[in-house]
Amino acid sequence: MIRVFCFLLALCVPSFVQAQKVVADLSQRNVEITANFDGSDILIYGAIKGGPEDEALEPLDVIIAIKGPNDAVTVRKKDRRFGIWVNTDSVKVARAPSFYAVASTGPLNEVLSPQEDIRFQVSMERAIYAVGDEAHDAEGTRAFTDALIRLRSKANLYQQLDNSIQLFDQALFSTTIDLPANLVEGVYPMRIFLTRDGQVVSRLATFIDVRKVGLERWIYDLAHEKPLIYGILSLVIAISAGWLASAVFRYIRF
Amino acid sequence: MQIYLPIAEVSVNAFLLLGLGGLVGILSGMFGVGGGFLMTPLLFFIGIPPAVAVATEANQIVASSFSGVLAHLRRKTVDLKMGTVLLIGGLVGAAMGVQLFAALREMGQVDLLVKLCYVVFLGIIGGLMFFESLKAIRRAKGPHKAPARKKHGLVHALPFKMKFRTSGLYISVIPPVLVGVFVGVLAAIMGVGGGFIMVPAMIYLLGMPTKVVVGTSLFQIIFVTGFTTLMHATTNYTVDMALAVLLLVGGVVGAQVGTRIGARLQAEQLRILLSIMVLAVCFKLALDLLIMPSELYSIGTGGGH
Repeated sequence: MIRVFCFLLALCVPSFVQAQKVVADLSQRNVEITANFDGSDILIYGAIKGGPEDEALEPLDVIIAIKGPNDAVTVRKKDRRFGIWVNTDSVKVARAPSFYAVASTGPLNEVLSPQEDIRFQVSMERAIYAVGDEAHDAEGTRAFTDALIRLRSKANLYQQLDNSIQLFDQALFSTTIDLPANLVEGVYPMRIFLTRDGQVVSRLATFIDVRKVGLERWIYDLAHEKPLIYGILSLVIAISAGWLASAVFRYIRF
Repeated sequence: MQIYLPIAEVSVNAFLLLGLGGLVGILSGMFGVGGGFLMTPLLFFIGIPPAVAVATEANQIVASSFSGVLAHLRRKTVDLKMGTVLLIGGLVGAAMGVQLFAALREMGQVDLLVKLCYVVFLGIIGGLMFFESLKAIRRAKGPHKAPARKKHGLVHALPFKMKFRTSGLYISVIPPVLVGVFVGVLAAIMGVGGGFIMVPAMIYLLGMPTKVVVGTSLFQIIFVTGFTTLMHATTNYTVDMALAVLLLVGGVVGAQVGTRIGARLQAEQLRILLSIMVLAVCFKLALDLLIMPSELYSIGTGGGH
C-alpha cells in the first residue's frame, strides 16, 4: 500500500526530481530496565538519500515520533458541589500512549500540514484518542485530552521537542530523546518522517524494545505467573524482617 | 539513589522510602496503629499508583506490626484472647466491607465516600480522645482523686461473658466482636488496617487499659493486613515486593524505636499525641475537600466509571 503510494507520488512529481529517502539508526534498540534504572538517552541519527537538491524546492524537514504502549485511562475533573471539591465529570481515553515524544527540525505545526497529521497521527493531540460520548461534544472532550497532555508532560512522559533535530546540509540529521525513568515495559514504535512543505515525502518505521531484566524481571514474572506463591513470599519477607528487627533490638538493648 | 519498582513501574528515591517507612514505623510501635492511614496518602503523593500503594502498604504493615507485637509480647502487654475475638469479628467485617466497596464502586463516587469517611471518623475519634486525655492530664496534676470507675454500662449487661485476664476485664464477647466487624468493614473500604479506629474503640468502648490496647491492636492488624496482602497479590497483582522491602526495612526498625518511646510515655500523653496526629490528618483531608485544587483534572487508570 505504502509502496504503491510512493510510486504514485513519484509519478506525480516531475521526473527529473528523484524521490528522496530517509535512512536512520539508533544508539540502542534495547532498553533494559534494571533495579537502578533511571532513564536512558537514545541517540537517533540518519541521512537523506537520493535526489540532487533542487534550489527551487522548499527545504526538507525531519520529524521523529516515539510512542510507548497504549493504555486506557480515565481523566476526571473536580468541581465544587455542596461546598466540597469532588470528581464530577470524566472522559474515557481509549488510547493514551504511556509515553510519547515527537521531535522535529522546526515547529511541528509548520513542518507538518494538518492533513498529513490526520493521516499519520503524528502530533500529540492526534496520538491520543478519546471516546466521545453523549455527555461531551468534541470541545468538551478536548479539555480533558488537553489536561491529560498537560499532566503527562509535567511528568516528562509526553515531550514535544520542536527544533530539537539538527539537520546538516539537508542530508544528515541527529537528535537525542530522553526516555524518563518511569517507563512502562513494551515495544516502543518509532517513526521518522521526511517532509517538504508540510507534505510527507518519505518515512521509516522501527522500534525500541523496553524490557525489565534481572531481579525486576523475576519479581514481575513471579507476581503474574504464581501470584499465591508471590503473596506468601511477600508475607514471609515481612514476618522475618519484623522478627529480625525485634531480635536485633533485644540484643542491643536499646 | 533511584530505584525502579517492578510492579509499580515507577522510579523513586530509595532513601525517601526508607525514611517514610521508619517514620510510620515509629508511630505504629508507639500507638498501635498500622500507619496505613498516613502511609497510603504519602505513597500517592510520591507517584505510586493507588492500587499498588494500597496493596503494598498492607504488606508493609504486616512487617511493622509483627515487629511491634514481639516487643509487646515480651512486656506481656498483648491480650491474645481479646485479640482473637476482635480478629474473628474483623475478618467477618472485612469480607462484608469488600462486598460493600464493590457495590459503592458500581454507584460511582467511591473516592468521595472514602474521603468523607476519613474526615468524619478521624474528626470524631481525634476530637473525643483529645478532650478526654486533656481532662485526664489535668486531673492527674490536680489534687489526687481516685478515678471514678464506671463499671456499669450496657457492655456489662450482655450475655456470653468471658474473662480477659491480661486486660483485667470480665465482659460479654458481643461488644468486641461488633467492634471487630465495624473496624473490618471500615478497613476494607478505606484500605487500611483500622488501628486508628480500633485503638480508641478498645479504650473507650471496651474499657481496656491503654498499655494493653496497643499490643492487642497490632496483634489483630497482622492477620487482617496479611489476609489483605494475599487477596491483592492473587486478584490484582498489585503487591510490589521491592517497594514493600524498602518500606518495611524502615518500618520494622521504626516500630522497635516507637515501642520503646511508647513505654516511656504515660497513657494520657500517648493518647493525646495520637489524637493530635489523627486530628492533623483529618484537617489535611478536610482542607483538600474545601480548598480549590490547583489542578482540577486527574488521571485514573482503566476505563472505569
